[in-house]
Amino acid sequence: MENEAGALSRVAGLFSARGYNIESLTVAPTEDPSMSRMTLVTRGSEEIIEQITKQLNKLIDVIKLQDLTEGTHIEREMLLIKVRAMNSGREEVMRLTDIFRGSIIDVTEQSFTIEITGASEKLDAFIEALDKDLIIETVRSGVTGIARGEKSLRV
Amino acid sequence: MELTGAEILVRFLKDEGVRHVFGYPGGAVLHIYDALYKQDKVEHILVRHEQGATHAADGYARATGKPGVALVTSGPGATNAVTGIATAYMDSVPMVVITGQVPTNLIGNDAFQEVDSVGITRPCVKHNFLVKRVEDLAITLKRAFYIATTGRPGPVVVDVPKDVTAAKTNYVYPRKVEIRSYKPVTKGHIGQIKRAVKLMLSAERPMIYTGGGVVLGGGSKLLTEMTRLLGFPITNTLMGLGAYPGTDKQFLGMLGMHGTYEANMAMHHCDVLIAIGARFDDRVTGNIEKFCSKAKIIHVDIDPSSISKNVRVDIPIVGTVEQVLQDMLRILKEKKREPNKAALKSWWKQIEEWRRTECLKYEPSDEVIKPQYVLESLYKVTRGNAYVTSDVGQHQMWAAQFYKFSKPYRWINSGGLGTMGFGLPAAMGAQIAHPRSTVACVTGEGSIQMCIQELATCLQYGLPIKIITLNNRFLGMVRQWQEFFYEGRYAMSYMESLPDFVKLAESYGHVGMRIEDPADVTPALKEAMGMKKRLVFMDFVTDQTENVYPMIPAGAGLNEMILV
Repeated sequence: MENEAGALSRVAGLFSARGYNIESLTVAPTEDPSMSRMTLVTRGSEEIIEQITKQLNKLIDVIKLQDLTEGTHIEREMLLIKVRAMNSGREEVMRLTDIFRGSIIDVTEQSFTIEITGASEKLDAFIEALDKDLIIETVRSGVTGIARGEKSLRV
Repeated sequence: MELTGAEILVRFLKDEGVRHVFGYPGGAVLHIYDALYKQDKVEHILVRHEQGATHAADGYARATGKPGVALVTSGPGATNAVTGIATAYMDSVPMVVITGQVPTNLIGNDAFQEVDSVGITRPCVKHNFLVKRVEDLAITLKRAFYIATTGRPGPVVVDVPKDVTAAKTNYVYPRKVEIRSYKPVTKGHIGQIKRAVKLMLSAERPMIYTGGGVVLGGGSKLLTEMTRLLGFPITNTLMGLGAYPGTDKQFLGMLGMHGTYEANMAMHHCDVLIAIGARFDDRVTGNIEKFCSKAKIIHVDIDPSSISKNVRVDIPIVGTVEQVLQDMLRILKEKKREPNKAALKSWWKQIEEWRRTECLKYEPSDEVIKPQYVLESLYKVTRGNAYVTSDVGQHQMWAAQFYKFSKPYRWINSGGLGTMGFGLPAAMGAQIAHPRSTVACVTGEGSIQMCIQELATCLQYGLPIKIITLNNRFLGMVRQWQEFFYEGRYAMSYMESLPDFVKLAESYGHVGMRIEDPADVTPALKEAMGMKKRLVFMDFVTDQTENVYPMIPAGAGLNEMILV
């Protein structure tokens, strides 16, 4: 979409005005700074998805739209999680982080901050695997995605 | 040559071919008003409330097919304009609204008369802009007009901060504009059009259903030609009246909640439905589960999101009504194939039977004025040639039922949003666009009070509008629903403390008439129409208990009408 002030609120406004649900939304400028790329996750019947697609295409700021779920595609999300890590518990958290191919990116005497990237389910599984009482704070980026193979979304 | 933003704005309007701007001054737009003052190419019409400005610009657009332009100040000027913007949005009317804004360095500062105009109008515009640099002003205005008038038309707001109107830059009129993210389709898919023609020719019980898109898209002539060539029955929506001659024998009248029995029954029983420039609105379809259940549906529309939104269609065609109808006609003529004549004959026989119900018949009276009679009489006295605007309610439905519109752009009403207060300012727009034509505003004693202040504008610009008020001392449509669905508990629908409309009109410098005797209806209308230079406010005291029939109760199918 156009990298314009207000473009994001047009999309968000459309979803709330028409009663559609946004599960997650990520947006950032592309290699061409005049354009942004947004990945939006929503749910609905085939009819609703068709309407959402048409309504989004109608927004003047939307340049091109692709339903990634129509073909094979890759989804990634990043999780930053701060956990209490003391004494023997530190070992356990490090092991778990290794298993999930995460990395510890900030360390204090009492805590670790871990970064994990992957499909949303993997992030869910990591959080699930941790002892609830250890979790201090989590932040997730929302899903971003791209089609597999030669298929591409270009202007 | 360097010009100020205000001068650029006014010069641009002139270069874009804009002749009239409806507006109201205020702090943030003073530079623009000063620039308007110094020229005489663009005429400014001073309304008395910003809602009037947007409705008048809207009425101007609907009466001409050209974009209407409104100019209002920041803050309350912009918020007052919103109702008019939303009205135009719902009915896809091309309009550009210029709103003043506080200077850029004060934006977001809760400055005097500041409001986030772009944010407030976002859900009810086709697009909007905030111009932050004077260098962007001309091209942004060009984009606004381009977006407003192409594809599915709609209102576009351009918010211009005061400092931008003072800053200077070079001005060249931008002749063309490219928007990479906006490429409206014009031509329909030819394969789909061929399939549609084939289906039309195979139909046994065809029905043509057309909406406001045919009027807006200038498709009226082509539609008439194709309908006559095929010999199919046709109905128009409330927004589509006038696209096909209302007096023609193939015309079944309006459809929907207060449509005719024959139109709704033909819709319900048809086997091929040809929908053109219509959007399957809930007031048209009734219960969606029961809507045209036996029919294959062809849908022609400029807006892909209108297709299969409410009703699944079999042959979608995205394109301008004009282009698609041209292609359809060409294919029909090339093929030299005829519709199924025998089947069509028995279909018409069935339709004639439905017609004999005479669903619009009402009990005449020589004691009390029947509202329907006023409309019938207005139609006769104006020979069907008037531009008729309306407000919202019973009078709107009676006007749609009894005034047989035969030309496009003649019937101007707020169909989508249903905005009371629309009628009078819309009539001003129509009258300014067509100074020598008769413009009648059909209204009620409730609606007319919602923009009554515009009577002053009418005097200032000598607009000889004929106001036809059906005064039943009730918010008639509310009263009707309360009678039908709330066991006659008339909560707040009785209009107490009404003004003396004759004196009111006179105090504004116009002619007022109060008509209470049915025998006086036609003579009074003739007298009023004879006053070519005066606005005449006609206060018809009508039957209080009259209801609009037929009626499809909400949630019922098109074949489940209440007849009387």
